[in-house]
Amino acid sequence: MVIEASFLRTSPYFSNLNDEGLNLVQKFIFEKVFQRGDLIALEGDPAEALYFVFSGAVKVFKTSTDGKEQIFGIVRPGESFNDVPVFDDGPNPTNAQAMGPVVLYGIRRRDLDIILHKHCQVTLNVINVLAGRLRNLTSLVESLSFRPVIRRVARILLEYAGDGLGPHRRLTQQEMAALAGTAREVVARSLKALEGEGLIRMERHRIVITNQKSLEDMAEVSS
Amino acid sequence: MAVEMPVVDPEKCNGCGLCISVCYCNALIMIDNVVTIIETEECGWCTACEAVCPTEAISCHFEIVIENPTR
Repeated sequence: MVIEASFLRTSPYFSNLNDEGLNLVQKFIFEKVFQRGDLIALEGDPAEALYFVFSGAVKVFKTSTDGKEQIFGIVRPGESFNDVPVFDDGPNPTNAQAMGPVVLYGIRRRDLDIILHKHCQVTLNVINVLAGRLRNLTSLVESLSFRPVIRRVARILLEYAGDGLGPHRRLTQQEMAALAGTAREVVARSLKALEGEGLIRMERHRIVITNQKSLEDMAEVSS
Repeated sequence: MAVEMPVVDPEKCNGCGLCISVCYCNALIMIDNVVTIIETEECGWCTACEAVCPTEAISCHFEIVIENPTR
């Protein structure tokens, strides 16, 4: 298996690393292949390695005891996951699942330690990567805990609802997120919560408001 | 009757193919480095293609309707 140095250079972990460092990384990296739906990492399990997505997409998420899913992010080619448990030697804090065929490059903690000791550029890069993760998670925590996102999503649904007869503005989940000032993942979760409470019904490319009064109460819209 | 499908903005599509890899009904194909949608009733509007797109080139629009309007 030959890992292209050009791919490694696209990873924030190995940017600005010299050829000697890249050769060392190439020596340690191994490949893993997964199919759609395969669980790559399970919450609570020991972390095997730090993974870089070479191709495909990986969903990183947690599931509550009542089955509700919160997506923390979608990892695309060039990006990594499993960083936290690899560096703190703790269990996986989240699950990771292949969204389609996925090829990953992995590197074990003990091998990463050798690279970190020999190449301080990688150490600096790791700090940047982890700081970025912290910033993203801070933003997600803010959206989930301090802002009444579900109320704003309910309000957006009422505002953009039509009678189903004439043409009217339609929205993507990305647009709803922009309108609500939050992440797409939080909108997806809010819609599931509203459906779980029987206020809306998700159909193929339609969101049906099934209980207008309760949705208005949720949105705190005065009638 | 035509089946409504997600919409691709060819100007934004960078041809990375991630959407194709996550589509469970094979509704997406690559033509000349741009993703093209094939109509299929098997598309369940999971919106995974929209979610993975790094350039926001795919849109899965929702129509929002009230079942029994109170006013």
